[in-house]
Amino acid sequence: MSTSAISIKGLTKKYDGKFAVAGIDLEVAYGEIFAILGPNGAGKTTTVEILEGYRSRDSGEVRVLGDDPQALGEKKYSWRERIGIVLQSSADAGDLSVRETVHHFAKYYERAKDPESVIALTGLSEKADDKIRNLSGGQRRRLDVALGIIGSPELLFLDEPTTGFDPEARRAFWELIKQLRDEGTTILLTTHYLDEAEALADRVAVIAGGKIIEISPPETLGGRHLAQARVTWVEGGKSHERLTSTPTNDVATISARLGGEIPELQVIRPSLEDIYLQMIGGQE
Amino acid sequence: MRVLRLGLLRGGLEIKQFLRQRESVVFTIFFPVMLLFIFGSVFKDSIAPGVTFSQYFVAGMIATGLVNSGFQQLAITIPMERDFGTLKRLRGTPMSPASYFIGKAILVTVSTLVQIALLMGFGAAMFGLDMPTSTAKWFRFAWLIVVGSFCTTALGIAFSTVPKSGRGASAVVSPIVIILQFFSGVFFVFTQLPKWMQDFAAIFPLKWLTQGMRSVFLPDSFVQQEVAKSWEIGRTAIILIIWTVIGIVFSVKKFKWSNS
Repeated sequence: MSTSAISIKGLTKKYDGKFAVAGIDLEVAYGEIFAILGPNGAGKTTTVEILEGYRSRDSGEVRVLGDDPQALGEKKYSWRERIGIVLQSSADAGDLSVRETVHHFAKYYERAKDPESVIALTGLSEKADDKIRNLSGGQRRRLDVALGIIGSPELLFLDEPTTGFDPEARRAFWELIKQLRDEGTTILLTTHYLDEAEALADRVAVIAGGKIIEISPPETLGGRHLAQARVTWVEGGKSHERLTSTPTNDVATISARLGGEIPELQVIRPSLEDIYLQMIGGQE
Repeated sequence: MRVLRLGLLRGGLEIKQFLRQRESVVFTIFFPVMLLFIFGSVFKDSIAPGVTFSQYFVAGMIATGLVNSGFQQLAITIPMERDFGTLKRLRGTPMSPASYFIGKAILVTVSTLVQIALLMGFGAAMFGLDMPTSTAKWFRFAWLIVVGSFCTTALGIAFSTVPKSGRGASAVVSPIVIILQFFSGVFFVFTQLPKWMQDFAAIFPLKWLTQGMRSVFLPDSFVQQEVAKSWEIGRTAIILIIWTVIGIVFSVKKFKWSNS
């Protein structure tokens, strides 16, 4: 158990008699980027907030960096030194500048990073003296991350970090996360975005209805690597479709039969999104 | 030590944020001075030999100032900080809640002192306000400010759990303060109020703070005009301390870091 950054066994949580989390088991190794993927109301945020120590659980065992976040006692503050939390949304401290805020939060931590280098790392150098209320949504989110990592956390929680980002900002953000991973930070990420999970995560847990449907690397999620491709084309004025695990061979056969070009040929492999929708669709 | 160091740091940050919010500066610091100007200009009569209405009114405004910058300010701004996610974020850091509360107490103390200094300066310049006449009165003035600040800070933090949202906080909190001001002898001479109003006001700290401030700013002879024919200093201290304890107990038990 102590070899995992996060260890959960049989976790449940009810609100008003209904299960928000209905028996979750998972282990996150040190140094891993682990993504939790799921629709709204799946139990992602509840699970993460239990791990962060914001919520209590009804049953099950939870260890985060070796300790139970609900029974830290005197250890509470030393435990919080070792984690970083980026919450879903925030709109605070609008009257302070980026620089003032990052420098202030740095003083909360024993092992704080240099505030100026964190401002640079999160791409906020040009905005450092701007009031927070004047930042764009993406810049504000980067500030949230700056405050999450200022204490050099061993474990970083990111709750839907790139909501509202433009594509360029999202890619820049991913690079930042990869850099943190390369420095040895363990990262637990919740996201709506499949491309984000695919780009960043070593492993993905798909969660729906408070339960884990599958945990695997993004490449093999839902048996994606084994899934059949769909070949569609037009032959004799009619549309044809075939599911196959040997699409190249099939296309060659059809091409030979039609004497060259195949009208309206498409070979479609399931995207992570198709697999995901299929997985959570099966739960409804 | 760390708790205190971070508390002082929070206090500095609170003051910085406060000064950058123009509305709050105007409301909590200058509003009482404006009221003094208006009331002092309208009511020119003396209410007792050697006691002008402005003299009486300044005592009440100083007491109100403690309630405004402590209770009212905190009970409105803390729910807003809760809505904004400020509190939840802080909860996830190694900063102890005690440091957060120390920071708030520092903000309240500083804004109260500035407000009192302005009221006294302005009152002296415009309406010939008399300063406390003995060391004993200055000493009483000092402890009333200290105990009063603690009391209203504790109650403000405790009451911050009542408003459902930051947006609605002002609508919940302000009427309470305004009604208490009318009932406690801030805008009117206390003895001229109906008995039931006096009795009701006597449950809450503001009445005792205004009475205490009158004991500091009015001549000793005025005590005969008071309801109890006494300044009731001991009772005032006890009631303020009881309310402070109630505030602290509620704050510790009920304080919420987020809405959900």
